[in-house]
Amino acid sequence: MSDTATVENATPKVEAKLIPIYIMGKMYEVPETLTIMKAMEYAGYKYVRGAGCRGGVCGACATVYRKPGDYHIRVGLACQTVVEPDMYLTQIPFYPANRAKYDWEQIKGECEEVYEAYPELFRCLACNACTKVCPMEIPVMDYVSAIKRGDIEKANELSFDCIQCGLCSTRCMAEMAQYHIAQMVRRIHGRFHTPQSKHCEEQVAAIKDGYYDDALAELKALGTMDPTTYEETPGIKKLIELYQAREGEPHTAEEFWTPESDYALLKSNGK
Amino acid sequence: MKLGYYPGCTLKTKAINLEVSAVKSLEALGVEVEELERWNCCGAVYSLADDDLVHLLAPVRDLIRAKDQGLDKVMTLCSMCYNTIARANLLMRKDEEKRDAINNFLEEETDYFGEVDVVHYLQFVRDDIGWDKVAAAVKNPLKDLKVGPYYGCTLTKPGEIKIDDSIEPVSFKNLIEAIGAEYVAYPDAETCCGSYQIIGNPEAALKTTATIVESAEKRGADALILSCPLCEYNIGRRQADVRGLREGLEPLPVFYFTQLLAIALGLDIDTLHLDRNMPEAQKLLEDKGILATA
Amino acid sequence: MLVTERTIDREFVERMLEVSGQPFKQCMQCGTCSVVCPMQESTQLTPRQVMHHLQWGQKEALMNTNTPWICASCHTCEVRCPRGIDVPKLMEALRLQILRENKNFVEPFQIDKEQLKEAPQLAFVSSFRKHTS
Ligand code: SF4
Ligand code: SF4
Ligand code: SF4
Ligand code: SF4
Ligand code: FES
Repeated sequence: MSDTATVENATPKVEAKLIPIYIMGKMYEVPETLTIMKAMEYAGYKYVRGAGCRGGVCGACATVYRKPGDYHIRVGLACQTVVEPDMYLTQIPFYPANRAKYDWEQIKGECEEVYEAYPELFRCLACNACTKVCPMEIPVMDYVSAIKRGDIEKANELSFDCIQCGLCSTRCMAEMAQYHIAQMVRRIHGRFHTPQSKHCEEQVAAIKDGYYDDALAELKALGTMDPTTYEETPGIKKLIELYQAREGEPHTAEEFWTPESDYALLKSNGK
Repeated sequence: MKLGYYPGCTLKTKAINLEVSAVKSLEALGVEVEELERWNCCGAVYSLADDDLVHLLAPVRDLIRAKDQGLDKVMTLCSMCYNTIARANLLMRKDEEKRDAINNFLEEETDYFGEVDVVHYLQFVRDDIGWDKVAAAVKNPLKDLKVGPYYGCTLTKPGEIKIDDSIEPVSFKNLIEAIGAEYVAYPDAETCCGSYQIIGNPEAALKTTATIVESAEKRGADALILSCPLCEYNIGRRQADVRGLREGLEPLPVFYFTQLLAIALGLDIDTLHLDRNMPEAQKLLEDKGILATA
Repeated sequence: MLVTERTIDREFVERMLEVSGQPFKQCMQCGTCSVVCPMQESTQLTPRQVMHHLQWGQKEALMNTNTPWICASCHTCEVRCPRGIDVPKLMEALRLQILRENKNFVEPFQIDKEQLKEAPQLAFVSSFRKHTS
């Protein structure tokens, strides 16, 4: 998505009332119907970082704001939160956070391994600042507490909607990065504490057996973009065509949807 | 009566041998516990600074959870949890200014004024059940087992929350006698095990631990009982290191008092989770023929 | 201990009184606390000496002794002090004087991996509360 295109998209078709908002301390008049992200673009900001999915799932656009006469810190995702009059805001696209290195192959799925990677989690004071600042309304303090007591199941469940925006860690008195810790816990949960899915295992086995090798070679043979001009070569044009024509789950699909095409479908009884 | 139960951060994993043996023993004595549905780690140590409120938030939050759940009494098993939560409770009862400050800060929670009572398991068994009843419920008296009590610090000190005398406590003696074991007195039953210094100054902690082990062995104890997972770690699971520090120490098995209680009450051996104790613990029970009859 | 007008830090004395809430000026130097202290083998100043240094505002000596860092907050001294002084509260005040400058005594990520696996959760919780800023 190019920047100019979004600015055009941002312009509302119907005349909306203009309201004042303060972006990093500077006042702008923006249409009241816009999200913070669109309002920032309307005001002339260009997103290089701090935006991703624009759909409320990637966590790139965490935003903090306050309203006059109110001490509360308020938060939202810039792509989801509609502007309010007189809000003063800033986005926090990135916040330094400790992310432990661990060798996934060595992990056995015990809570002690999380303690080894992130001993600082024991510094939690139960101040609850993290929960208050989470735009996904996740009980962050509670999942930290669950991890402390070794309840991987519960921590997984409580932190499941986390989009890794990092706001919780900006407020932590114990200076930990809750979301990285929870991510490790969810990985452990996924690998060691949930039943393996059969069809996934079959697919992996098929990949390893070389079921998709020919198809992959065919795609690879289409080449790359022109390395100097970045122009689309005929091969790449073909690739785009194939991509657009690929079979995907339709929006209107029933609960149990099965692909038709040969490559997408690996029938358990078939190859 | 609903007896609330606050487990604390260690009891679900590392000290599951304390939790399961304790809860099952209470059941055998006719008391059901109701675990807090939502709780956080209490912080394990009470803040000793007058100008520090932030470390009170954790224990107060747990008290609020108990209140929200409609409990008027909450019991802990870990001595450190008991100490921390009971002292925080006392402060919320007595210090109006700090109570207001804390309630104000915890704006997302119910206001708390110290409505919930905090008790320790040992205190509950003693006061609400009684040693006579415990003795009457014993199916498997632990004859021939010489047991020394280890009180540690946090159940009996400071005086404002003590469950027993700070200098000469007797609850464990009564318990040991009630379960039919032989009580062994020794001078260091209240000597600190070094507590959290096991992380920052392990040498210093292990030295005091060696004194405890030596003193109990000299008086002929076969085993020690205690109620705190940190004491258990320092004196029990770290005992190989302790013995390395001082000549002539023999392995001295360490149990949670609830484990011996569970055996005496005739509960299944699975409730003991002995794999969490130091290895010599199970061996002692086998050698004494106690596990076979359990 | 060298006591001159210049070595007495009155501001420090006030601060310790405020943070601990303990009337350490009333300590009569009986030494009971030192005798019962379980950590005495490892400490540099005994608790009685700490009281004495506090009374004389000897900030530097107190900031450089290991005693508050070895104290296990066991309250053995506190329940026996004939003057009712809560000695561990003073040890905490001394620790906080340093911890509040954002200095750690224990570094969580430097703890031995084996110990992180073995020790119970409450060992870390309590250690970090007492020994990290
Ligand atoms: S838990 Fe933290 S990182 Fe995850 S969504 Fe909430 S604030 Fe963002
Ligand atoms: S912000 Fe940090 S210290 Fe506070 S409750 Fe959350 S994890 Fe704990
Ligand atoms: S509280 Fe500290 S100074 Fe007092 S006896 Fe215990 S370890 Fe020693
Ligand atoms: S026991 Fe009390 S009065 Fe005696 S030296 Fe120690 S602090 Fe002072
Ligand atoms: S841009 Fe992805 S969540 Fe807002």
